Amino acid sequence: MRITEDEVRYVAELANLALTDGEVQKFRADLDQILTHVDQLNQLDTEGVEPMAQVLYDAEETATLRPDRERPTLGNEAALANAPLKGAGYFKVPEVIKK
Amino acid sequence: MNIPSLTVAEIQQGLQARSFSAAELAAEALRFAEAENPKTNAYLTFCPERALAAAARVDQALARGENPGLLAGVPVAVKDVIVTHGVRTTCGSRLLENYVPPYDATAVVRLERAGAVIIGKANCDEFAMGSSNENSAFGPVRNPHALDRVPGGSSGGSAAAVAQGTAVVALGSDTGGSIRQPASFCGVVGVTPTYGRVSRYGLTAFASSLDHIGPLARSVRDAALVLEAMAGRDEMDSTSADAPVPQYAAGLDGNVKGLKLGLPREYLKDVTSESGALIQRAIDTLKKLGCEVREISLPNTEYAIACYYVIATAEASSNLARYDGVRYTFRSRSSESLRDMYRHTRGEGFGAECKRRIMLGTYVLSSGYYEAYYRKAQKARSIITRDFSDAFTQVDAIVAPVSPFPAFKLGEKIDDPMAMYLSDIYTITGDLAGVPCMSVPCGRTADGLPVGMQILTRHFDEGRMFRLADAFERAGAAAG
Repeated sequence: MRITEDEVRYVAELANLALTDGEVQKFRADLDQILTHVDQLNQLDTEGVEPMAQVLYDAEETATLRPDRERPTLGNEAALANAPLKGAGYFKVPEVIKK
Repeated sequence: MNIPSLTVAEIQQGLQARSFSAAELAAEALRFAEAENPKTNAYLTFCPERALAAAARVDQALARGENPGLLAGVPVAVKDVIVTHGVRTTCGSRLLENYVPPYDATAVVRLERAGAVIIGKANCDEFAMGSSNENSAFGPVRNPHALDRVPGGSSGGSAAAVAQGTAVVALGSDTGGSIRQPASFCGVVGVTPTYGRVSRYGLTAFASSLDHIGPLARSVRDAALVLEAMAGRDEMDSTSADAPVPQYAAGLDGNVKGLKLGLPREYLKDVTSESGALIQRAIDTLKKLGCEVREISLPNTEYAIACYYVIATAEASSNLARYDGVRYTFRSRSSESLRDMYRHTRGEGFGAECKRRIMLGTYVLSSGYYEAYYRKAQKARSIITRDFSDAFTQVDAIVAPVSPFPAFKLGEKIDDPMAMYLSDIYTITGDLAGVPCMSVPCGRTADGLPVGMQILTRHFDEGRMFRLADAFERAGAAAG
């Protein structure tokens, strides 16, 4: 067994994901199966191989830079338009610091 | 106007000859799409106001004698993970059921600038995670060729809309095969361009090092025109490539004589005999066209699924962190504390597949596992990519199946995530390497299910890929 229910609960907390007991059981079994498959990677000799974080191709060195100039922003109203709760031009969330 | 048979070229001719106006075409396309949609559930939202406004701009340009654009009047369906200003964009998720984006994706802006008429938003797997479109919170899409079967995923709605004939072309997104696999299941053309070829600004991020936007169409030429209209550097996406965009459609001259093609032996092992026979027949056609076909090896193919599901889920777990109940419409009622708001919003909002991938991605990035899984997978990705660069020293293009089997039945694989993941084996490799790849229809099984052939070429060599696919398509049409 590659992963326990306790580890599943721990990972769910890291991910800020509330899971039911049924989901914990189901995901434990699913993750176990997937991680077993992923273990295949250990058969691959990666000694001296560079990790690939991004697709690379030939390009100008400055290709990722854009001109540094002023541009219009989204604006407060548009940025807040999809907020579930807002007020006074801000996103509202449950109380974080007790008065 | 028979929308299901119209091509982009025919629409241009019809508009120029004043046989119909863009407004008439848009109205008919909307009427037809809305009437047909209950059969397949391909669309989640229609946007008649936006469509009619775009059509009016085309008609005005025509009246002034101006060039109305490469895609003037063409009815388009846009996958619902690509944002549209003022038009609801759900990503197939309950979390975003009421989300109305405040801006347009660059691909959308460029298509409309070329005269395209976006009629609606296409259903998809939640946050583009799935291979069957059964992970949409708004119900599965049905395959127009067999309504008890899946259209493929995650761009299932885009493929079904084009196959059903309710859109002439569509936009999809591809992270592990999400354009090519549904294109093959629905019998349409589907293109995943080179990584960076099309700006992802406004594409809801799933796995940023793997995400692509690409076209689906009923012909190679139409797909080439859509890519031509939207490709190229965009300063809003720093990963978009600063490379000139060729006129792909103008290069479709049918000449593929002497092209060296490689058939990877690793891609034929698990194919059903019927799909395999259709691929073999396609290879024979390519030989008759003058291509030289040889067997090649992509020796590390077997590691692709493991590599992909580590990298893609790791990136997804980070990208989906933003859905926390603060900014994007949905917040759980159980939000007593900030922490509970996060946990319950996400627990209630995400479907099972998204949760599974968030869990796997969080696990492989967590302390103690990062090196063993994530770093290891990134190294494996280098090795898999090297297979392609080695192969491309010997051949000009690779031809292969898209999927081991044709469209499967609704519900057949939904309870077995590993079986679902394994079905992506032939498409995932192209995304890992970032090379352009596409699916072109190559026949049907005895049950009438479409099968697609995949073509892959070197980075930024879409032109050759299109030329080969177009020559093949024409040969097929000539043979009847």
